[in-house]
Amino acid sequence: MLRVEDLHVTRGHTKVLQGIDLTVQAGEIATLIGANGAGKTTTLMTLSGLLPVASGLLELDTGHGTIDIKRTKAVDLVRAGIVHCPEGRQIFGRLSIEENLYLGAYLSDDRTRVAKAISDLYEQFPILGERRAMKAGNLSGGEQMMLAIGRALVAEPKLLLLDEPSLGLAPQITEEIFAFLEELNREKDVTMLIVEQNAMLALELADRAFVMENGRIVLNGTGKELLDDPAVFEAYLGVG
Amino acid sequence: MSDYLIQQIVNGLSLGSLYALVAIGFSLIYGVIRLVNFAHGDLMMIGAYMTFGLVASGVVPWVALPLLVVAGGFAAGGLIERVAFRSITGAPMITGFIVTLSASIAIQNLALIFLGSQPRNFNFPEVFRMRLSLGGADVALIDLVIPVVTLLCALALTTFIRKTRVGIAIRAVAENPFAAQLMGISIGRLVFLVFAVGGALAALAGLFWSGKYGQINPLMGFLPGLKAFLATIIGGVGSLPGAIVGGYILGFSEIAFVGFLPSEYSGYRDAFVFGLLILILLVRPQGLFGESEQERA
Repeated sequence: MLRVEDLHVTRGHTKVLQGIDLTVQAGEIATLIGANGAGKTTTLMTLSGLLPVASGLLELDTGHGTIDIKRTKAVDLVRAGIVHCPEGRQIFGRLSIEENLYLGAYLSDDRTRVAKAISDLYEQFPILGERRAMKAGNLSGGEQMMLAIGRALVAEPKLLLLDEPSLGLAPQITEEIFAFLEELNREKDVTMLIVEQNAMLALELADRAFVMENGRIVLNGTGKELLDDPAVFEAYLGVG
Repeated sequence: MSDYLIQQIVNGLSLGSLYALVAIGFSLIYGVIRLVNFAHGDLMMIGAYMTFGLVASGVVPWVALPLLVVAGGFAAGGLIERVAFRSITGAPMITGFIVTLSASIAIQNLALIFLGSQPRNFNFPEVFRMRLSLGGADVALIDLVIPVVTLLCALALTTFIRKTRVGIAIRAVAENPFAAQLMGISIGRLVFLVFAVGGALAALAGLFWSGKYGQINPLMGFLPGLKAFLATIIGGVGSLPGAIVGGYILGFSEIAFVGFLPSEYSGYRDAFVFGLLILILLVRPQGLFGESEQERA
């Protein structure tokens, strides 16, 4: 589904990504973990077409052909199915819940499809349905996260990019969100690339995992392999 | 009600509408990209000269006149965005101010060169110059047409912003351009759209202005533009209802200062109007309908 080879990205004068290699197969959950400033968010933003690429190969295989991400505008990447659920949720607080969801499907001209996707989502998260006319800024952090994921889902993602879905949420809510993501992957076959600080949670969920350090991938393997790797354990999972 | 009072109310409504039409554009553009477009008032002048040219040509039926002027204003507003603003996307805010200020000066001077510095008088077609009696007061038909058309435009625009997909996208960009981009919203296109819609409304105001006062000149957009900008500030920058209400407050107070103060003070009406602005802002710095910075954060 996604193939990244030797990706270099510079922001300002800083070489943030210095040769990233990643592959995500269709139907997988992949995760990208690592310390703050390793370049995880930059990687996701590059995949969404929001940052210029210095060099490297970036390909999305949609099942109907291959797209060169470097040469595709952000708008067309959304249309091709790369949907980015950003760090800090970034919902539109002054818009209603329904308007937020509606914007998730901004590019879709099939309005009956969108209406159905939104009503399905209300079934999944009744709390959003009950408050559909309320300003989204009034929701709690966990509810805002559900809205942010919901907003991404109405876009019908083929590849869902999630940036720190656990950020600022209570542990119990984080677990609910991760359980929902797992179910989504299993039942709707949505491929995901999740950037996460909470490495333990992410590795338990992931089929494939990449560890980033200073703009490079330093380790990769299945989620289980990395969980069992003493080096990973010491660097990211150990206490203190 | 005395007929004098009726006349003053009609005058206030009419002048306030003109400010509101221009102020809506200011507010719309500011709301989306946090930019004050100083060339916005000059679009009113462009609209007035388009009206002049079309009337003078004698071939355009009067029904088509407003449509052509509005279309021309849409194009002119969009052109300003393409030529002056598009190239500085992402630049610091101060660059935007300087660019639109330069655009304004350039437009005024091009008009001086190509249209001449002499003010031009012209008469609207007969239908627009009718006068009628309203409660004993003798009022010009155009002073009634202006508020009605303005309110219809404001209603249409508000509905568009509230209900349509593009309208919701405009509000989303105003709040969080980064997230809006992730939704697949093309910000450049919306910026073009708000410049163009603002231009269309300002050109319409120019048509009305020329019909109301019967005289136009290349610098006529400056002061009304400045006052419409004040109207947006009074109403709360970025708020459409605020821009409309601000326009009417300004129009009415200006008429009231002229109409009810002793005539030796009427020459100072702008001083009174700007003084009123200072008073309102002292009490409510964010404007009547604006959100304070805390609410926004």
